[in-house]
Amino acid sequence: MKIIVLVKHVPDAQFDRHLNGERYTTDRDESILSELDEYALEAALQLAEARGGSKAGNQVIALSMGPAGAVNAVKKSLQMGATEGVHLTDDALAGSDAAATSLALAAAVQRLGQDGPVDLIITGMASTDGETSLVPAQLAERLGLPQVTFASSLDVEGGRLVARRDADTTSETVEATLPAVVSVTDQINEPRYPNFKGIIAAKRKSITTLSLADIGVDAAQVGHSGSWTTVANAEERPPRTAGTIITDEGDAGIRLVDFLAAQKLL
Amino acid sequence: MAKVLVFIDNPGAALKKSSLELLTLARTLGESVVALNGELHSGVSSTFAEYGVSTILRPSAQDLDDYLVAPKAAYLAAAAENTGAAIVLLDNSPEGKEIAARLGIRLNAGVITDVVAVEADGTAHKSVLAGSYNTACKASTPVSVLTVKANNVVPEPAAAPGSPETVTVEVPAGSTAAAARITAREQKVASGRPDLTDARIVVAGGRGVDGDFGPVEELADALGAAVGASRAATDAGWISHDAQVGQTGKTVSPQLYISAGISGAIQQKAGMQTAKVIVAVNKDAESPVFEIADFGIVGDLFDVLPQATAEIKKRKG
Repeated sequence: MKIIVLVKHVPDAQFDRHLNGERYTTDRDESILSELDEYALEAALQLAEARGGSKAGNQVIALSMGPAGAVNAVKKSLQMGATEGVHLTDDALAGSDAAATSLALAAAVQRLGQDGPVDLIITGMASTDGETSLVPAQLAERLGLPQVTFASSLDVEGGRLVARRDADTTSETVEATLPAVVSVTDQINEPRYPNFKGIIAAKRKSITTLSLADIGVDAAQVGHSGSWTTVANAEERPPRTAGTIITDEGDAGIRLVDFLAAQKLL
Repeated sequence: MAKVLVFIDNPGAALKKSSLELLTLARTLGESVVALNGELHSGVSSTFAEYGVSTILRPSAQDLDDYLVAPKAAYLAAAAENTGAAIVLLDNSPEGKEIAARLGIRLNAGVITDVVAVEADGTAHKSVLAGSYNTACKASTPVSVLTVKANNVVPEPAAAPGSPETVTVEVPAGSTAAAARITAREQKVASGRPDLTDARIVVAGGRGVDGDFGPVEELADALGAAVGASRAATDAGWISHDAQVGQTGKTVSPQLYISAGISGAIQQKAGMQTAKVIVAVNKDAESPVFEIADFGIVGDLFDVLPQATAEIKKRKG
């Protein structure tokens, strides 16, 4: 099997995050591999391993689009067990919205398919920075492929995949033919930590760098100029401040109700 | 006047509140046209009239529900093209966003998710980075596709009701060919409580409930609230994953959020810090949640919550 996993290098959500970049783009210092993409990578690794792993010709390609630092998301993926890494990077990509991002990624996927057809493209359920969940569906639309999104389980057999998709009120079983675009939730597996062997092995794995010219995309189709949405303004919300803190002396439940009544919330 | 297309998916016998909100918002932006999927009950039809809808579009195909997202996007794209709509409004549900995503590509239209308000010129407001920024965004394309969060518009019927005509839209042939098929659908057991994402009040429990959501649920029921949970609580299996509030769960903006036994680390904060009023109960006075709580109680939730529940019941008689 040939699986492409989309991995994104995002600002670490443990710290304050800022829109300090040009035209309110995200400050990407202090970035890490998006936590939600680790589930996608783990799902791909499990599918490959169940088929004999890389020795049996299974490929798990970690593809990241982003500035120079994004190569670290690819490296982390290689340490976890991806067989190859691809870093799509070009100054013209900066400021791409979901539509422009999906255009570039679709072209990169097609390019990676030139030396052998791609069976699956797996992504996380959202990026932890943009959080729109638009890219997997837009990628599927651009590639003309079935999308199986928010999968909480995934099985592939004989050119078909079966996934479970859990919503609040329903649970669905979804089937599609390969190739397909799949996004997985954080319920699907427990991502592995890179072990020492994995970290050493990653040093020997190759990372291919692709530019826009390599994937046949014109600079005007991506970045700010190729995006279909613009951010006109962004203002930091004033941080919440602490209010009244009391220690329970046996009547805190009643004082809580008094507070709710005073706020007209009962 | 610009046409505004509102997607209403399987309303059943009555429109839900978020649909009424979309219809109300649509009227402020232009002439409302509904693109319906599913049966049209008479009650829903009269609500459309009350809300000033000019046209109700229905798909030529009956099997859109058998597939995931793609054919619904194809139907909506045809509906938008037939009517010349300038704005398309959808629910901000996971499926709503994905339909919007594919629709955007089909129409060459900018998509904006998580919208809380829309100005007359189409500028959409949303918060990003887990509620730490408020932004104003706009599609630079002739058509805008917006997914609108619930509870940001007060539903209001039109001053002058309409008498909508019904028109069938041809769903493009082949739109199901490359789509994933839904082969089974299981209804989950309904809790009887309000929907977490739309609820006016949320009572949430975390690690501190130590396996027992009883006090959290009882307080929620006394307040007519939804029940939420931190990731620690859902990961421990004490409550369904659907209840998870936070970065990898749901984002909620209720009038009141009561957090019980949750430390309030960033993962949880990301899902609830836009709540109007936050109340926190935690044994540990050092918990980060107290930094953002309007009213904090350092105490045992197993004492505080039942006492509050009893007091609310007493006052409500």
